[in-house]
Amino acid sequence: MVYALCFVLFVVGLYCALTKKNVVKIVIGLVIMEYGVNLFLVLLGYRREGIAPILDEKIGPLEFLARAVDPLPQALVVTSIVIGLGVTTLAIALCIRLYEKYGTFDITEIRRLKG
Amino acid sequence: MNGILFELLLPLLIAIPLGGAFLIALIARKVRVLADIFGNLATLAILIIAVMLFRERGVYSIGGWAPPLGISWVLDGLSNLMVVIIALVSFTATVFSTQYMEQYTAKYKYYSLFLLMVAGMNGVVLTGDMFNLFVFLEVASVASYALVAFGGRHEELEAAFKYLVLASIGSTLILFGIAFLYGATGYLNMGAIADAVSGAIASGQPSPLLVLAAVFFVVGFGVKAALVPFHPWLPDAHPSAPAPISAMLSGVLIKALGIYALARVFFNVLGMTPLLGWILIVVGALSMVVGVFLAVGQWDFKRLLAYHSISQMGYVILGIGLGGYVLAIGGNRQAATLAILGGVFHLANHSVFKSLLFLCSGSIEYRTGTRQLKEMGGLLEKMPVTRATCTIASLSIAGVPPFNGFWSKLIIVIAAFQAGFPWLAAITILVSFVTLLSFIKVLRYAFLGKLPDALKQIRESPALMALSLVILAVFCTGMGLILVPGFRQLILDPAVGALAQGVEYARGALAIAGGH
Amino acid sequence: MKGMTVIVKTVTRWVKVFIFLFGAYIVITGHLGPGGGFAGGVIIACSYILLTLAFGKEFALQRLKVGAAHGLDSAGGLIFLLIALFGLGFGGTFFANFLQSRYPGLEFHLLSSGTIPLSNIAVGLKVASSLFLVFIIFSVLRIVVARDGSRSMVQEEEEE
Repeated sequence: MVYALCFVLFVVGLYCALTKKNVVKIVIGLVIMEYGVNLFLVLLGYRREGIAPILDEKIGPLEFLARAVDPLPQALVVTSIVIGLGVTTLAIALCIRLYEKYGTFDITEIRRLKG
Repeated sequence: MNGILFELLLPLLIAIPLGGAFLIALIARKVRVLADIFGNLATLAILIIAVMLFRERGVYSIGGWAPPLGISWVLDGLSNLMVVIIALVSFTATVFSTQYMEQYTAKYKYYSLFLLMVAGMNGVVLTGDMFNLFVFLEVASVASYALVAFGGRHEELEAAFKYLVLASIGSTLILFGIAFLYGATGYLNMGAIADAVSGAIASGQPSPLLVLAAVFFVVGFGVKAALVPFHPWLPDAHPSAPAPISAMLSGVLIKALGIYALARVFFNVLGMTPLLGWILIVVGALSMVVGVFLAVGQWDFKRLLAYHSISQMGYVILGIGLGGYVLAIGGNRQAATLAILGGVFHLANHSVFKSLLFLCSGSIEYRTGTRQLKEMGGLLEKMPVTRATCTIASLSIAGVPPFNGFWSKLIIVIAAFQAGFPWLAAITILVSFVTLLSFIKVLRYAFLGKLPDALKQIRESPALMALSLVILAVFCTGMGLILVPGFRQLILDPAVGALAQGVEYARGALAIAGGH
Repeated sequence: MKGMTVIVKTVTRWVKVFIFLFGAYIVITGHLGPGGGFAGGVIIACSYILLTLAFGKEFALQRLKVGAAHGLDSAGGLIFLLIALFGLGFGGTFFANFLQSRYPGLEFHLLSSGTIPLSNIAVGLKVASSLFLVFIIFSVLRIVVARDGSRSMVQEEEEE
């Protein structure tokens, strides 16, 4: 099932975010996780042998409703991708500033807050 | 139908902070003082609108599209209470920031991000649509990641990175849960999902998709609300942020994004089952105990306050979970509503006194430059306003009568006894006692004792900061009066009713807007 | 950053206008076909990023200053919010499509479906200027290690 593969992608991203030591690799893990969920959301709207949900002059409304894939998940995913873009940008900016302060990208050495 | 006041004012609750954020970013770059004026005006406007909308109830359809086709914003008892709390805390935080943030450059960026965070939180508590909840949750979260890192010192950046990674994992899990709900029911509107789900649950076993979605929601919203075991970001993020941001984070963000959203999804959308109630009770009790025992040994004032936030959130979840569990097994309905009342009242109280405590710590840090309790001492005679308000807040959080913390904790204990869980009540009382111990330690080290030589010249904080401290302290003392029967019907009972009605919420949300 | 070779510069000089035009096309026909504000805004930002990569950052910053990009960013957001508030004023509910009821326009033509193209333009403006700012800020600041081992972030100097 293709949904199980989306779940595998999500778990790969989670593994990467939890176990890697380089800060940039952690951010990449977050991005992979987010894209796994977006893929799952788009695939929810799939209809077998469907057409793109763009209304045209040549297709009548009833036939369009019977054959088009669900456009709502596509709209949700566009929003979600842009949100992911914003979070990734902020994360990378934080990584650059962390390198400036700590001199390393290694998360095991960025541990001055304790307790 | 909705009144004309409602129609005009409800969208302004989100449009004003959003417009204010963009406006400040546009024109306050050159003229610095405009940022202060616009920021404070925006939060004052939201406070006035929130109070004006207090008696109204209704459903607002965006763009005129009736649900379940369009997005709808629902104002019921619980949303009302949350909007007023958010408006009050953000107003006092902006009043405090006008002078506290002078030590940072780029103050206009701070106000812009702050108003974005407030707009996001208002959106989360007002919306009746699941994906809209996710979008506003992300808006508020991303603004808070940037605000935690605002000062640019090394500890702030490290804390912000930890916060970002953990909270992003939580948000992705929430999105996964929303995707499951959409796949299982085909709707995104909360009322429509509640209808479809209650039909599925009533006819037999709940489908495994829904159970998985519920688990994802517990973890996702649990990360946002800093419940144990998802709490590790909070002890680093809350102390490192600038003081008014700590007050906002601890005071409203973890409540609006975490606890409100969790309660809304579990009570009104998925429908409360005994298993879900039991999960909430266990998580709540664990948070209470772990939070307070980790807090007692802290010597950094703000870190101590952050651990106490975890513990007090445990109280709220315990109250709400207990009420939900008793409702789901069909037990004593009066005990259940009492437990939910205790939880919701403690949520409101904690916003007020925890924000006051963080603003006090900010005031102390502004004057003395330190957060370590061992380096303070004897601030008694030098900072009278801060001492008085901090004492009031400490007594509130420790549960000393007649301040507001005592009443809400008492209600939770009584409800635990009435529902037949005496050992839960015993745990609650024990945690209360340890909270009292740790705050006695705070008061003794910060305010009594000898004044160190390095701090001989300090004076009281500037006027605006002291004003915001006093406003919150007045609320601390006075909020115990909300339990008086007249006020209770007005303020707290609608909030409790909104949660206790469970999936009946769907009927109201869909019918009023003329859905079907 | 310095520019690239002559081949890249010549090709960029011809192609950048077409990329910009393509991005604007995707923004404006968002209500008729795939695209809309987000995708079109990213492509418009890409044309400026190509300019930066090929010619060096000074040239690109001459064309679009950082302050102007900040202003366009906020203005885009404000225009979007104003369209929503006009919906409240003229149409009765927040975000209502108040132009659709007054000037419907022909279906499947460019001037139809009310306020949706205007919202697309506002979002495209905001996304384009935001992405351009992100790229410039990431590429302009560098971390320099001073003699005593302390690090600081400075605006990059041009090396010869």
